[in-house]
Amino acid sequence: MTTSASEPATCPFDPYPYNEAAGLELSGRYEEVRRAEGLRRVRLPYGEPAWLVTRYEDARFVLGDRRFSRAACVDHDEPRQSAAQINSGILAMDPPDHTRLRRLVTKAFTVQRVERLRPDIRALTGSLLDDMVAAGPPADLVDAFALPLPVSVICRLLGVPEEDRPLFRKWSDDALSTSSLTAEEAEASREELRAYMAGLVAERRARPADDLMTALIEARDQEDRLSEPELIDLCVAVLVAGHETTATQIPNFVCTLLDRPGELARLREDPGLIPSAVEELLRFVPLGTAAASPRYATEDVEVGGTWVRKGEPVLVAVGAANRDERRFAAPDTLDVGREGNQHLGFGHGVHHCLGAPLARVELQEALRGLVLRLPGLHVAGDIVWKTEMLVRGPRSMPVGW
Amino acid sequence: MAEWRVTVDRSRCMGSGICTAMAGTYFLMDGERSRPAAEGVPPGEAVLDAADSCPAGAITVTAADGEVVGPRD
Repeated sequence: MTTSASEPATCPFDPYPYNEAAGLELSGRYEEVRRAEGLRRVRLPYGEPAWLVTRYEDARFVLGDRRFSRAACVDHDEPRQSAAQINSGILAMDPPDHTRLRRLVTKAFTVQRVERLRPDIRALTGSLLDDMVAAGPPADLVDAFALPLPVSVICRLLGVPEEDRPLFRKWSDDALSTSSLTAEEAEASREELRAYMAGLVAERRARPADDLMTALIEARDQEDRLSEPELIDLCVAVLVAGHETTATQIPNFVCTLLDRPGELARLREDPGLIPSAVEELLRFVPLGTAAASPRYATEDVEVGGTWVRKGEPVLVAVGAANRDERRFAAPDTLDVGREGNQHLGFGHGVHHCLGAPLARVELQEALRGLVLRLPGLHVAGDIVWKTEMLVRGPRSMPVGW
Repeated sequence: MAEWRVTVDRSRCMGSGICTAMAGTYFLMDGERSRPAAEGVPPGEAVLDAADSCPAGAITVTAADGEVVGPRD
């Protein structure tokens, strides 16, 4: 059945997000909404109401169709979880501007290029676990392992000093925070991070190195392929997106597996399952507190039985789409051997996660190290969950082994 | 100018949907993976952009003389 959208202003809407900020549960509301006809209208703490997409097929359609725009957010009161609205950066762009910038960084993150980093990433994993074991239990899995691994990798790749981690850790946290900062505080933090990155860019300009930052500087200075603010924002995006989500997913994956000892035992018996386990965990774990990065319809488009009118925003809940029973058999069961797992954990379409191949290798090596080296791995205290963040996961997670 | 030839290695393709969204004239989703809409394409930036942007490195663009023109270095 196709329903026509009534006046958005008078249309009832659900308060959103559905998910609890702490923990990794997928709210039961999603299943109800996924099974209902048409799309639901929801309202985030800030911005205008939006249509919520929860079905796998609809999610792929919206994310993959150019009639849905990210750049149009600039002209609207974008539905969002934080007071500040971010109107710059590659995630706020459409092709062809988006394509121009994305092409410059894609090469550093292709499957082929990233596979060459695997031995280094495996060695780094080993040395972090050596240190953790040497210091003895309990250890904070986040601070001792989950965070330093992707931070170290992205710092080397981009050309950022790893010892600055405490500095950009705060800015990075701020960038993904929701209600804890006012719009002014969030903007001030972003400016500090930009100034920090501008300083690094200036150093690299004077002393080029074999890293992505130098490659981007050359693309600007020699070929004029991007502006100076675009260069800075791109480096910031690579740094933040390049570690925060992976660092969050490592403990999330460990929590999820420890809650399902049968699946963990399967992995230990057959480490060949690690790549499919990572895909399954990417499907299974609803990382986001809420669907983020709304797309605006640039013309009237029918989605899942509802007409989305030109100028209306759509939020795509990939965590819910990844549990759609129409696409995945036994969607709420974790199956580390699941085949044909074309999940949407990295999104879809032009904004599909640029760093997906790197994240995959890091998550595979992290899991391999933890599962094979520490057969007695267990939670050894209270997990403190992040709250007021766009991504969910432990802020600290004491473990023993 | 002679046509270019575009191929998608379906064993590499991860169905990210980048090429189909970026250059829908040249790429189609076939199930959950991409394939070229036609093997021969007119030489142009759009198909090269798609080849450059594929995270799986699954797209190859070849000129009439057999030279690989995309993805670009």
